[in-house]
Amino acid sequence: MSYLADVATLARKDLRLELRARDTLPAMLLFVVSTLVVFHFTLPRDASRLAAFGLLWVALVFTALLGLTRCFAAEREQDVMDGLVLAPSDRSAIWLGKAISMLAFLVAAETVALPAFALFFDPGIDGRTIAGVALADLGICAVGTLLAGMAAASRARELLLPLLFLPLAIPIVIGGVGASVAGGSRYVEFLALYDAIFAIICWASFEYVVTE
Amino acid sequence: MSSPNSRVPALAALALVAMAAAVAMVAFFAPEDADQGLSQKIFYFHVPIALTAYACFGWGAWKALRHLWKREPGADLESYVAIHQGVIFGALTLVTGSIWAKISWGVWWAWSSNQLVLFLVLFLFYAAYFMLRFSVEPGPRRANLSAVYALFGVALIPVSFLAIRLANDFIHPTVFTSNGPQMSGRMFATFCVSWAAMLLLAGALYHVELAGKRLDSRLRELRELLA
Repeated sequence: MSYLADVATLARKDLRLELRARDTLPAMLLFVVSTLVVFHFTLPRDASRLAAFGLLWVALVFTALLGLTRCFAAEREQDVMDGLVLAPSDRSAIWLGKAISMLAFLVAAETVALPAFALFFDPGIDGRTIAGVALADLGICAVGTLLAGMAAASRARELLLPLLFLPLAIPIVIGGVGASVAGGSRYVEFLALYDAIFAIICWASFEYVVTE
Repeated sequence: MSSPNSRVPALAALALVAMAAAVAMVAFFAPEDADQGLSQKIFYFHVPIALTAYACFGWGAWKALRHLWKREPGADLESYVAIHQGVIFGALTLVTGSIWAKISWGVWWAWSSNQLVLFLVLFLFYAAYFMLRFSVEPGPRRANLSAVYALFGVALIPVSFLAIRLANDFIHPTVFTSNGPQMSGRMFATFCVSWAAMLLLAGALYHVELAGKRLDSRLRELRELLA
């Protein structure tokens, strides 16, 4: 039980920090809406509804990436990471707490992004798209948080995260776009499989990312 | 230190002999494909190179696991060298696959060829591995980060393969398949010899590279002692 309490404390710390400083979420919101406006002008008039769905997924992945680059910024600037690693709790709790707070930011950004997308492009969002987005969020946050931890330890930092993240996000994009534009539930199932596989790997390996 | 290095010339010679045998078998022993004719012979290089790249990535991930799990000394370097080999063989897979695609389908790049797309994804992934590795100071931290990322790679291979299969449904309605008619016995024998030759070549290159890297790090240690 104390593991979950640690996770909840860590996630609450990040959410409270965001409520006070408002560093990440406003940037994500503004970014996703601007991106959708830009995409409106990249689509020719007779472009299909399906192309708009593809662009939605581009916008979501890049918005997530924007949030993830700030993921460990506070810890790095204030040198909190050593303190967290020394705290008497399992190190994977740091990952889980961070992933939960990132998930909260991403879901908040999407509660604006999806209605804005529906308003701008009139694509007809169905339940399968929502399920796809929700499952993709889990995968993005699980993998992205761990990679953000890696990138924070490197010299290149913000530059490195997209390079590490995008190849791993390709299956998420395929599953998400498939869930939006193609029939059948197997894309949603595939996303659930991705989430399960990578969440387990991240949970088991985060300790090695933050320790020597 | 000296005993594994003394095996390298023998391994290299074996790889050379096997490669010569494979080339000879491809040229003279394997029958010409009824469908694709002479151009099908690139199959005996393309597919073994691709399988060897997988083997290198798998070996690199295995060594990464040994590093994280057992703290095996030197496993980090071995993992890095194996992945380096894998990237080289992966790039060769892309090149040979592209040549084959041009000859049999008339295009240099076919998104409908699952294997080629998978190798492109893996190539990007492992190129990022190098970016990660060279942007962290050498030491235990770098070894850990590289090992975790290498482990992600082996999970990504089947997941990406599945994803690319799924993507064909909404991106390409028609799928080219590179499976011609069933392989005959002589074709299969040639394929096996080619694959063995490629694995031996990869093994020899791996040991040469590893010996060089070990020498480098020994030299650096000695320099630090002298300084």
